[in-house]
Amino acid sequence: MKKIAFILFLAFNISQAQGIKIKGSDTVLPLGQKEAEAFNKKSNANVSVTGGGSGVGISSLVDGTTDIAASSRKIKMDEKMRLQEAGKKFKEIVVARDALTVIVHPENKVSQLTREQLEGIFTGKIKNWKEVGGADLKIVVYSRETSSGTYEFFKEIVLKRKNFSSSVLAMPATGAIVQSVSQTKGAIGYVGLAYLDKSTKAIKVSFDQGKTYTESNLQTAKAGTYPIVRPLFFYYLTKDETRVKALVDYILSPVGQTLAEKSGYISAK
Amino acid sequence: MIKKYFEKLQIALLAISSMITTVTIFLIVVFLFSYGIKFFTNSSIEKGYDIVVHESNPIQKLSPVILQQIFDQEYTFWHEVGGNQDSLEILHFEDLPNYYTEEQIGAEFELVGACITDYLSKHPNAITIIPSINIDSSFKGKIVEVASIKFTDVFTTQKWFPTSKPIALFGILPMIIGTLLVSFGAIVLALPFGIACAIYMAEIMKSRWRKYLKPTIELLAGIPSVVYGFFGLVVIVPIIKNVFQLEVGETALAGSIILAIMALPTIITITEDAIQNVPNSVREASLSLGASKWQTILYVVLPFAKNGIITATVLGIGRAIGETMAVLMVTGNSAIIPNSFLQPVRTIPATIAAELGEAPFGGTHFQALFTLGCILFLFSMGINLYVNYTSRSKN
Repeated sequence: MKKIAFILFLAFNISQAQGIKIKGSDTVLPLGQKEAEAFNKKSNANVSVTGGGSGVGISSLVDGTTDIAASSRKIKMDEKMRLQEAGKKFKEIVVARDALTVIVHPENKVSQLTREQLEGIFTGKIKNWKEVGGADLKIVVYSRETSSGTYEFFKEIVLKRKNFSSSVLAMPATGAIVQSVSQTKGAIGYVGLAYLDKSTKAIKVSFDQGKTYTESNLQTAKAGTYPIVRPLFFYYLTKDETRVKALVDYILSPVGQTLAEKSGYISAK
Repeated sequence: MIKKYFEKLQIALLAISSMITTVTIFLIVVFLFSYGIKFFTNSSIEKGYDIVVHESNPIQKLSPVILQQIFDQEYTFWHEVGGNQDSLEILHFEDLPNYYTEEQIGAEFELVGACITDYLSKHPNAITIIPSINIDSSFKGKIVEVASIKFTDVFTTQKWFPTSKPIALFGILPMIIGTLLVSFGAIVLALPFGIACAIYMAEIMKSRWRKYLKPTIELLAGIPSVVYGFFGLVVIVPIIKNVFQLEVGETALAGSIILAIMALPTIITITEDAIQNVPNSVREASLSLGASKWQTILYVVLPFAKNGIITATVLGIGRAIGETMAVLMVTGNSAIIPNSFLQPVRTIPATIAAELGEAPFGGTHFQALFTLGCILFLFSMGINLYVNYTSRSKN
């Protein structure tokens, strides 16, 4: 009898200790893992993080198979409506930010571009580097997949919601863009700040018709002078707020935000 | 007595497992098609939105392609799309907060209808989108009719913009052509190599060496496709770029080469087995008639092993047409119709693999990807049936 009671007690405890699940964007994944690891150590909690994509994360939130959906894009209207249909109210918080850098082949002479020039290049109106002050070389545009949050953000900010040219090369991962740009002379692409290295050259951009060109780095992104910075989101249901509050507060605390910066992100505020 | 029942039980187990396999395959196909067909009932406007213009605007309906070009700012006047002489203005829904304060829009966006009515009265030449739930008594404007997705549009449009807002375009023609091109190239490269290698291994090579070569080739089949893809991106893509003096190395040819390498183990092992299974008496008969070794292989052994070679080809094509990850990494994935092997292409499996994870569950884009899956399924089934049919009818 005692044994059974003990087992019941254990089972009850395990179900109580069932941790918080975070699921979604692969861009947010490394951040989520770092934060979860530190939070688990600090408050003896059980937070687990998985990837799969922003869409997967949000649909899991609708289905109730995750507690927090991580997303590198804002929740879409039809996803919002599906949550509404299910009678679920949700909250959105910005956990960190990410800066996108435009990169070219290291031998490219061009080192700065305006937003209008970038728009021309990515929509296919500008086809040769000599049109923007470079060598007589065809521009090869590398982009991310159409459904990635990175793609949508770049489209919104740099292309002013115009569509990319059909002939851009869509790469499955940011690492693949870095690899391809480093081995293609006329290449241009965009990657997260954390992916910058010596194999490619970062371009200074101007969002004021060429008056000032800004380099992308942690300082300019944080100061708000670098324009291509996007927020990264956590979505959770209002009814779970008490459960996830401690974790969210930890991520937004100075300790959590320093951790985000160490992993190559920019703090939320 | 017990033995008899035991035997019956064993047979029943065999029957059950084959039943389960069949039912599972059937269910997967039903699942695939149930989503894939739903796609054609959707509108190409983002779910939950409508396109609106001012009441005085004579435009009644617009095609999805024209609408997409309007929102890409490719037109400046309404008469270019069949309207009056006025200039064309666009209001993106996301820009609404630039014109109205938060109180005017409402905390739950409940006053959007009034805001858009106000905007349209000030800008009678504007076109914009509005959430369908906001079309209420406070809203005055004309809803533009947009045709739902048609079967013919999907197969003739050449633009694949599945996430474009507010109008998404789902033209899958470039991807069908891309898939067929890459698979065709792969088979053309892999078959001669594979069959030659199999003949050499089965007929000419000393069995001492074959003992080592065959497991090595079979090992190739066990390498994950991501590894092939990465190898392709880092090694084959630059080689193609330098050899053909191209601007981009990510081409259909790169995909074909990688797929050929991946299909080789299947083709070699099955062909080799088929050749091994040719009875020795047949070979001896041929040799005793004075035929040389080469003549024996070409005119006796190969025709005898024909069915095995066809199976190898079908399985090889299956591997090539359905491969995702390796192709995704080396073909560049531009959704344009290629006119040579030296251009970037986008294949159906690569598109599904790259986009399914991020597409909102159950949405139009999600269903479009299932439609692509259905097409892929029909392709490989068609090829299977065709090859089976032709090989059987010749026997």
